[in-house]
Amino acid sequence: MNIDWAALASVFGVSLVVTVALVGLFSLGIVGLAKQASATTSGSPVRARAGAYACFALCAAAVGYGIYLIVA
Amino acid sequence: MEHITLLLAIVVVTALVFDFTNGFHDTANAMATTISTGALKPKTAVAMSAVLNLVGAFLSVEVAKTISGGIINENGLRTEVIFAALVGAILWNLLTWLVGLPSSSSHALFGGLIGAAVMSAGWSSINGGTVVTKVLLPAIAAPFVAGVAALLATKLTYRINRKITDEAQLKSTAKGYRAGQIASAGLVSLAHGTNDAQKTMGIITLALVTGGVLAPGSNPPVWVIASAGLAIAMGTYLGGWRIIRTMGSGLTDLKPPQGFAAQTSAATVILASSHLGFSLSTTQSCSGAVMGAGLGRQGGVVRWSTATRMFVAWGLTLPAAGLVGAGAEFLTKQGPWGVAVVAVLLVAGSGAIWLLSRRKPVDHTNVTEPEPAGVVTTAIAAVSPPPVGVNVPELKTTIPAPVPAPDAPADPPARPATV
Repeated sequence: MNIDWAALASVFGVSLVVTVALVGLFSLGIVGLAKQASATTSGSPVRARAGAYACFALCAAAVGYGIYLIVA
Repeated sequence: MEHITLLLAIVVVTALVFDFTNGFHDTANAMATTISTGALKPKTAVAMSAVLNLVGAFLSVEVAKTISGGIINENGLRTEVIFAALVGAILWNLLTWLVGLPSSSSHALFGGLIGAAVMSAGWSSINGGTVVTKVLLPAIAAPFVAGVAALLATKLTYRINRKITDEAQLKSTAKGYRAGQIASAGLVSLAHGTNDAQKTMGIITLALVTGGVLAPGSNPPVWVIASAGLAIAMGTYLGGWRIIRTMGSGLTDLKPPQGFAAQTSAATVILASSHLGFSLSTTQSCSGAVMGAGLGRQGGVVRWSTATRMFVAWGLTLPAAGLVGAGAEFLTKQGPWGVAVVAVLLVAGSGAIWLLSRRKPVDHTNVTEPEPAGVVTTAIAAVSPPPVGVNVPELKTTIPAPVPAPDAPADPPARPATV
């Protein structure tokens, strides 16, 4: 019996980091947009919006990479 | 398509039936949380998943070289053995669907193959070590990995959201999370179509090769790819509503941020595991992710009685499908009449399960309603301790104070507002 602990550990590590990073980014983007929409907070709304879109772009890139992994 | 014997035709049809049950058994993986958080309407969700499964079936040309991943010795595998294995897998899939429990379709297939191979050629045809590394260990690892990832992601997202308090902002963020969840669910569907439809193509191709219709090592013909893709898509569109209900609202109550965290974790784990060489079951990853997300929200509760039933089903998958597979192989060994008997038993068994399911139908109209306590549920609830729930009010939403008895359908405030 040959259990590939290294592969299991890397699946665990990669899943953990990618999931938390993606969900974190997406949450930042969503919160940024929500704050900007209500416009009560201080700071430039343009920058908040740009930041939010940057977050979403990174998430979209991750989804694109996921599709690439499935197809390849 | 010449020289297809009756037996071969039966095996092809049975493989497509297995593919179909695989589709409706696994709709829940992609769409259960999407439906329960209200991101998509039930019918829309299954339609989207079906289309993506179909697309996924055509995406990859890499055919699974071995259908069992080395668990059994596939050299000299007779067509009857494949048939017997499929019968075991189909019946177990239907049975778990009847009781609404998510369980791995691949493990059911492995179980059927193991049982049929042992009955056909003895224990030496089984690679015991591979069973542990490919089935048992992943079954423990998958929910853990996906669960921990979803748990941490849920905690993080609630932390980022802690300043969002007014009604309009909450609404806007919930909308965003639903959109994100649809993307993650789409990825899961696509990956499922690629993996599981491929599995059926592999089985049919193997049967055609053992039947002498195809040369060894050839790619599946187009009609095999198309029919496998269509079978899994039709199964997905039919929707295993019973399992969707268990996963979407039976295990825990999910809010949009949790649903997003769970689905993203599941998609990541599935893709990471299939590309880093440690294959994890889609079903088990998704169930683990849902439970992790349930625990990640303050005041979130996982219904351990339902979870326990699910774990029991996972443990039983291999031996149960194996027993049926072995029994079926015992009959098919007797000759053509044995194959006929098994085919009749398969149709009769499936019909009986379907009739039983009509007693309390679950479909797209009542999929988000609470699960009524069934016989098994109440029996287990009677012997298992109530779940330990921490009731800390989180953000501005109110959490119902008392933890209901396991699986008690009452307690309407705890339901996510799904319309």
